[in-house]
Amino acid sequence: MEKELRLMKGNEALAEAAIRAGADGYFGYPITPQSEVMEYLMQEKPHERTGMVVLQAESEVAAINMVYGGAGCGKMVMTSSSSPGVSLKQEGITYIAGAELPCLIVNVVRGGPGLGTIQPAQSDYFQATKGGGHGDYNLIVLAPSSVQEMADFVELAFDLAFKYRNPAMILSDGAIGQMMEKVWLKPQKERNLKLPEWGTTGKTPGRERNIITSLDLNPAKQEQFNHKLQAKYREMEKNEVRYEEFQCDDAEYLFVAYGTSARVCQKAIQLARAEGIKVGLLRPITLFPFPKKIIHERAGQVKGILCVEMSAGQMVEDVRLAVNGLIPVEHWGRMGGIVPTPEEAVENLKSKIIGG
Amino acid sequence: MADNISIEEIIKPENLVYAKTGVMTDNITSYCPGCGHGTTHRIIAEIIEEMGIQSETIGVAPVGCSVLMYNFMDIDIQQAAHGRAPAVATAIKRLLPEKFVFTYQGDGDLAAIGTAETIHACNRGENILIVFINNGIYGMTGGQMAPTTLEGMKSSTSPYGRDVAMMGNPLKMTDIVATLPGTYYVTRQSVHKPGNVRKSKKAIRKALEYQKLNKGTCFIEIVSNCPSGWKMEPVESNEWMEKNMFPFYPLGDLKVPAE
Amino acid sequence: MAKVRGAIVVDIEKCKGCGVCVVACPASVIELSPNVNSKGYHYAEPVNHDACTGCTNCAVVCPDGVISVYRIKN
Repeated sequence: MEKELRLMKGNEALAEAAIRAGADGYFGYPITPQSEVMEYLMQEKPHERTGMVVLQAESEVAAINMVYGGAGCGKMVMTSSSSPGVSLKQEGITYIAGAELPCLIVNVVRGGPGLGTIQPAQSDYFQATKGGGHGDYNLIVLAPSSVQEMADFVELAFDLAFKYRNPAMILSDGAIGQMMEKVWLKPQKERNLKLPEWGTTGKTPGRERNIITSLDLNPAKQEQFNHKLQAKYREMEKNEVRYEEFQCDDAEYLFVAYGTSARVCQKAIQLARAEGIKVGLLRPITLFPFPKKIIHERAGQVKGILCVEMSAGQMVEDVRLAVNGLIPVEHWGRMGGIVPTPEEAVENLKSKIIGG
Repeated sequence: MADNISIEEIIKPENLVYAKTGVMTDNITSYCPGCGHGTTHRIIAEIIEEMGIQSETIGVAPVGCSVLMYNFMDIDIQQAAHGRAPAVATAIKRLLPEKFVFTYQGDGDLAAIGTAETIHACNRGENILIVFINNGIYGMTGGQMAPTTLEGMKSSTSPYGRDVAMMGNPLKMTDIVATLPGTYYVTRQSVHKPGNVRKSKKAIRKALEYQKLNKGTCFIEIVSNCPSGWKMEPVESNEWMEKNMFPFYPLGDLKVPAE
Repeated sequence: MAKVRGAIVVDIEKCKGCGVCVVACPASVIELSPNVNSKGYHYAEPVNHDACTGCTNCAVVCPDGVISVYRIKN
């Protein structure tokens, strides 16, 4: 299958990209606004196309544990869900992190808390970037802001997950999952049938048995293991930070926003610049590792930063830590499933940063 | 003359008729004296050895006393979150369909927190073997009431005996899964006496042979003891089990394939 | 007539002294030792050697797999 231009929903593009990336398995449970992922996969019969296994589980809990089982064999496996479902998956995710297994988890975020709403939100930032379940761990978190990135980040997430033997998350939102855009799909990749040495594939005579576990009852060893995990996260911070900048070079003010909010801010920049306000946008692509260094550098150049988020203000905490008091950093956002408008963003830039 | 043969003459490699299988490691198990877990581990390992499938078998350990199963069996093993072993095994088997996959779970793991995973794996007819150790108690956490604790049976969370009006009835998961179309072979056995061990072993062998033929889920309950949790001597616990557990959890096949 | 003779060897250090083998032996060969191993368990030991037929019942039922069985037929 060749490179191809299609008009697709974000969720569908992600599903197609998973097949083309050579994923071995998908395990999911329906939830709005991401059900198209599994619907698309089931319709495409990936088992016939590539041999990829797709299974509708009895719950999000079962689905993430199926991911654990598949990842424990060294297979390229994934799941997707939306906020309430991702909360259910947290137990499995912390086990996956603790067993150092690579996998992809997709969260097409909707408003919360609780059952909340089915409209887009960014209120799962803390959950995604600070671990989410119990224990000290981090996921690699990628935040797409277009249908193209919904597709592109699948392969990137798997590459990073296997590079670090760590779960990776695509943190999207209901807007990007549901919107249709044109998307370039990569050619079909062969599924990798040569499995890594550490997986449970049957103990052959030449090797020791492979054990997948997150348990060590010896506290000294458990601490040592935690140090190992932390070293891995520091390595990610060194090598894997990704971000994008718009009109930052002459900027006097900065928006920091990801995903759907970043798209809103791009329009807000046009509106503000029409009024003579020199504002740029820094869009974190990896939310973990977070682009701390560049934000700190930009803080030395601009007068103030407005974080635009579809939440009560979550990423703003990481921006403030990065800025470390150099300049004012404020948050503005909408909650409960409302997407902010560019006009509102400009207004709030004026009132919270420029006028402040 | 036979009677004159010395012990030394009998104990020679060529006369060896039974020894610990090499599929068990040399680690001393973490189980209490007399616990059926060790016996069940061993017979699974013996079948793996006899069938020559050590390199093709993947086990899934639960949370509970047998969480450290991977220290005792010399095969590839994944340790699953509490109750999730059937989901973990589902994916392993679907992604590696040519391998032999089994879960090993206690009653708390399989019949309480993992009820959904158990029932749905069985209902989908996953080609896996589920080995279910039912000793009517949460052993590892210190003898709390399990879903399978008998009526009137004492535990640390039913210190006056299980009051079914307040705490609900003991759950017969094996009977439930036997009604599901996805299960192919469902049996309830024990490992407290030599004859029972031999029957359990046969059941495990059959289950793995059925797995090779992609027949669906095989489910083997082992009614077992918990001397520490029941606060009994090992031999006494086995007698108590025969007298009290077997009437409620009768041994025998619940579902056998039509020949 | 050929007589079957057996013998068992107990891995004393790994025995937990549960006594399940003692009641499983049809010939009353095994008892728990008055001595203890390094973990403090009264380990199983064959005392009534001549009665052993090498039936393997003790080994089959041993939760810790510590019994090896030998058998000869004369």
